[in-house]
Amino acid sequence: MGLESKLPGFMMSTVERMLRWARKNSMWPMPFGTACCAIEMMSALSSRYDLARFGAEVIRFSPRQSDVLIVSGRISIKMMPVLQKIYLQMPEPKWVISMGACASCGGVFDTYTLIQGVDRFIPVDVYIPGCPPRPENLVDALIEIQKKIDEGKPIETPA
Amino acid sequence: MSREPDAARARAREIALRVGNRFVEAAVLVGEAGGTTTMTVPRDHAIPILEALRVAGFDYLVDVTAHDTLKLEEPGEERFCVHWIVHAYGLDARIHVRAWVPEDDPRVETASVLWKAALWGERECYDMYGIEFDGHPDLRRILMPEDFGAFPLRKDYPLKGRGERDNFPVITRDKA
Ligand code: SF4
Repeated sequence: MGLESKLPGFMMSTVERMLRWARKNSMWPMPFGTACCAIEMMSALSSRYDLARFGAEVIRFSPRQSDVLIVSGRISIKMMPVLQKIYLQMPEPKWVISMGACASCGGVFDTYTLIQGVDRFIPVDVYIPGCPPRPENLVDALIEIQKKIDEGKPIETPA
Repeated sequence: MSREPDAARARAREIALRVGNRFVEAAVLVGEAGGTTTMTVPRDHAIPILEALRVAGFDYLVDVTAHDTLKLEEPGEERFCVHWIVHAYGLDARIHVRAWVPEDDPRVETASVLWKAALWGERECYDMYGIEFDGHPDLRRILMPEDFGAFPLRKDYPLKGRGERDNFPVITRDKA
């Protein structure tokens, strides 16, 4: 005999599931656009591709107010400490999208200044291939993150 | 004044020869490379010669840079060559002043006393080749991080670096 039967008209769920539902539909991105990929990110955010359809239209330029970091572009050795600081400043729960070949593996720039993939120094949840990826790929990555949130990844904070 | 490239080159060459003759002891070598008049000068005469060019109408310093030959290019010359590219808007002429600089003492005088534009160019040249400009008021790295320990455009520096790009703390999910 569940509680539901005593409370007709109420939707019952666990708090956890409610939270996940709320989280996945209100992702606030922190754009870390350092190169050409950022142009595609801007395109994904504006009216044609409209990331707002997935609840991610509130671009935050403060890491303290955001929960998904979109690394779009080349990260140089001068920028990596900045990226790490920004990642650390984001409150939990947080996710990271590594957008484009450069952010994911250094792309064609196998040189002394360029980080060969941001995942070597910060955790990454979703990688987007392409140079640049199309805005649809970014939308797809966001949906992928929503799926992860639905499954309770990667947080389920250890006590 | 004609804007023909040949005429502009002739004007530049004439000025280069005239200025070069004023510095007999410097044994200035006037030549041509890629369609631009060049003056190869001893490094301690570079600034007086640049000053004379400036007086002769070369009011714009296009760039200060260098190149590293690893002593392969012109045997007998030094390893580095510093370049000053000067342009005269009024004459539509351009001269490329070059000075060889040895590897064990890579320094020249600053040109920033003549053109303020040299300030950043010299910082970049120092950053990339390690050439020091005596008298520069603020000779710091301009592009690379301040603690970068090498001069990356020197030809003996590997393209992939010496591990600088791998040298960061790793932030893991539980540490964040
Ligand atoms: S992956 Fe391509 S488009 Fe993206 S930052 Fe690199 S070079 Fe630019």
